Amino acid sequence: MARREMPNPMAERTRLATAGAHAAVVGNLGKQPRGDVWRGNLFLALLLLAVVLALIGLIALIVQSALKGAPAFSMDLFTEGPSIVNPETAGFRPAIIGSLYLIAGVVLLIVPLGVGAAVYLEEYADGDRWWNRLIELNIQNLAAVPSIIYGILGLAFFVRGPLSLGFVVAAGSLTLALLVLPTVILAAREAIRAVPPSIRDGSLALGATQWQTIRRQVLPASIPGIVTGVILAVSRALGEAAPLLLVGAATFVTADQPNPFEGGYSAMPVQIYNYALQAQDEFKALAAAGVVVMLVVLLALNSFAIWLRNRYEQQW
Amino acid sequence: MSSKWWLVLGACGLLAFGVAACGGDDGDSSSGDGEAVSGEIRIDGSSTVAPLTSAIAEGFNAENPDVNITVGTSGTGGGFEKFCAGETDANDASEEIGEEEIAACEAGGVKYEELQVANDALTVVVNPENPVTCMTVDQLGSVWEPNSEITSWSDIEGLEPPYDESLDLYGPGSDSGTFGYFTEAVNGEEDAIRNDFNDVGEDDNATVTGVSGAPGGMGYFGYSFFKENESSLKALEIDSGSGCVAPSAETAQDGAYAPLSRPLFIYPSAEALADPAFDAFMEYYLDNVNAIAEQVGFIPLTDQQLGEQTDKLDTLIREGGGTETTG
Amino acid sequence: MEARSSIEAARAPGGRLDPSRPLVASSPRWGERLIQLSLALCAVISVATTTAIVISLLVPSIGFFGEVSFGDFFSTDDWAPLTADPSFGVLRPVIGTLSVTLWSLMFAIPVGLCSAIYLSEYASPRVRKLVKPILEVLAGVPTVAFGVFAVTFLSPEIGKLFPEFIKTPPFAAGIAGLAVGLLIVPIIASISDDAMKAVPGGLREGAYALGATKLKVATRVVFPAAISGVVASIVLAGSRAVGETMVVLLAAGKTPNLTLDPGASVQTMTAFIGTTATGDVAVGTIAYDTIFAVGALLFVMTFALNIFAIRLVRRFREVYE
Repeated sequence: MARREMPNPMAERTRLATAGAHAAVVGNLGKQPRGDVWRGNLFLALLLLAVVLALIGLIALIVQSALKGAPAFSMDLFTEGPSIVNPETAGFRPAIIGSLYLIAGVVLLIVPLGVGAAVYLEEYADGDRWWNRLIELNIQNLAAVPSIIYGILGLAFFVRGPLSLGFVVAAGSLTLALLVLPTVILAAREAIRAVPPSIRDGSLALGATQWQTIRRQVLPASIPGIVTGVILAVSRALGEAAPLLLVGAATFVTADQPNPFEGGYSAMPVQIYNYALQAQDEFKALAAAGVVVMLVVLLALNSFAIWLRNRYEQQW
Repeated sequence: MSSKWWLVLGACGLLAFGVAACGGDDGDSSSGDGEAVSGEIRIDGSSTVAPLTSAIAEGFNAENPDVNITVGTSGTGGGFEKFCAGETDANDASEEIGEEEIAACEAGGVKYEELQVANDALTVVVNPENPVTCMTVDQLGSVWEPNSEITSWSDIEGLEPPYDESLDLYGPGSDSGTFGYFTEAVNGEEDAIRNDFNDVGEDDNATVTGVSGAPGGMGYFGYSFFKENESSLKALEIDSGSGCVAPSAETAQDGAYAPLSRPLFIYPSAEALADPAFDAFMEYYLDNVNAIAEQVGFIPLTDQQLGEQTDKLDTLIREGGGTETTG
Repeated sequence: MEARSSIEAARAPGGRLDPSRPLVASSPRWGERLIQLSLALCAVISVATTTAIVISLLVPSIGFFGEVSFGDFFSTDDWAPLTADPSFGVLRPVIGTLSVTLWSLMFAIPVGLCSAIYLSEYASPRVRKLVKPILEVLAGVPTVAFGVFAVTFLSPEIGKLFPEFIKTPPFAAGIAGLAVGLLIVPIIASISDDAMKAVPGGLREGAYALGATKLKVATRVVFPAAISGVVASIVLAGSRAVGETMVVLLAAGKTPNLTLDPGASVQTMTAFIGTTATGDVAVGTIAYDTIFAVGALLFVMTFALNIFAIRLVRRFREVYE
């Protein structure tokens, strides 16, 4: 069964090489070389236009959010809570705190679970066994499931159902953790895989057990990659609103310190969404200001992750 | 090698510091100094009433910063479900509690009282160019009912003067309390409506834009929204059998603007009122509701209505074993 | 240390290592086994998650389909599940989703592919180092930001440029599609770039040696060689567009129009789930269970797309590695 599915690499390469040579030859013999120059330039112009379009889109988003959000920029954004009556002084404080609590919960969950799963898959699992292949297949699929489906999962299993936590921070953290877990597992696996086998073999030859080898040699070497993965997962979790809509980030919260197992909470992206739905211009400005705050935080996080990866990338 | 551990520890420390710094004090312990109370208040229910309750909560929080108040918007029905299961302290409602919900609350052992907090007048708006000034409830029903085939103003039976423009309907969606009330009042059955109107969701502004931009437009929303957009829209008078009545604060308060004037409620539970924080909150609510109602865009209660609600609240507090309001 | 004792145990009398007794652990190493088990459990969570998703969607859907026949759900085009006389033809939300996805791909495919070709064939390493991280930044922007951007900027500006375009301002499938398209450009660009970079240099060099121009090499040699990766990137991007919620909630509207018109408001499957779950629908009713039926359909659609894309990616990797 496996043999039938896999293409013969050599046959593919030969086909492609022949096609390439054919294209090159047919295109050139008997054709005016002059036409090629402006056609080539036109093509390059088209490509550049595409790149520029993407860049313009990003720049427009950032600039426009900053412009629209400018009227709402003040310390109130961070110190005040949402306000129906005074949109001029409304802010994001409970949402910011809620997001922090959510992320703390997410990190607590994804680090042990994600690293544990990655270690198992890279160090212990026999790739031929059907159950290990099933695990890998699941992780790949879960990475691409729409986020709102995770919201449904959270609603059915964490808010109601077996755990019945209610619409609380803990349920939100659990839901978001499951959402970003595949990202962490993927990054951790890459980091672990990058450690050369010679390191492991040397350790084992000196009489260490497999776990000792992992704990003392492999894991410490892969920490930068793992931390990068965790940071990327955290930045994804910070920005997700759809699952939180279902799992109960409330409309209006005056709470400052949500008990993770009791009481309502809010989160940044949900609060931005709620403000964006309001009619008054002040709320729309608030929403844009919130977007800018999120963009700054996420940009900082992602840059830090990339810097980390580059700085501590070990040359074996 | 050790520098990496420091990095990890540093990151964890930063996170913990961030949480702690913003977290500040513990909000659970009740403080005894002065008038301020502390505790948790959970309110859910109608998304129509929520802005009012939220505004009140805001003012209350300014005086009592140690109270955590959350106001959800699961809708009148969804809110009652939680309320009758004892999960919330009060329920915002844009319509009276229904029979099934009464039974559920009995089964859950939840004693409550129905407090009216404001009035609202659902205003039917049309384009200012539209010469029609008054419609009967039946005519409205013929336009909005399920499977209605009316596509032009001239198709509406008995409507004067004739207006030959095609209908463009705008309205909130089926997850809105306003929608439920309108359909029940106009079509006789809640949630019964034709399928081809423009659903604006929560965004009443879209109704304003739509109706003012289309000569044959028609939409509906709360009275306050109309007042804010009076210059670009026209409100229809409604005839429910005793003549055409225009929406206004007075006609809503005395019920003349029927059937589209509606009372808005909050249902606090007796058990929750035993908690001094919630007790204080409900007192504050009634004390300030008329002032805030105008700000948020509702029609306030008459003095008589307000007096009645205060009495009801007192009775409920007594039943729950708490202390009464002072005056 | 146990290792030393096991080495000693393996020595035959006389001091030499006895080949018939290899170096094995002399104790069962329960600590190691326990650790291996707990690590395996961490990995099994992925399977548990998928199972949980399937259960959470399936159980209410079974209840739903007990009341609503498959025929009614899939073949009628009347969609009003929350009204007093409900109808459950899911065609309208599906077409809504397809409309937004279509318009998003119409923007993202040319922009993403051209960017990928540029990055892999034309860009100098310096330019590549600058542009690629910028695309990664685009990938990290939260979806709610795209939604706010679409409804506060794109919609009014496009409404000014083309006054008749947007039928029910500010909602339009095309505008939501444009925002989603911008969102998924990094997916197409990144994966296609990887696929093109994986094409062996020998193929390019051979073509150049035969006198081909850069344009020819890019379009007739590299691109066809990387086709399975490119198609995979498009399928993954499409799957992402299908599953997008926040942008459509803010910019596409709620009216389930049965049209692919970019100027019309539509209701996508995700928007339906989002609004209904947070709206005034009692838990346990058929109306509420519609959320799960639509969710199940959404899951199946993205699952199928993802499996297809993964197969393709595996194929292009196998050919060149």
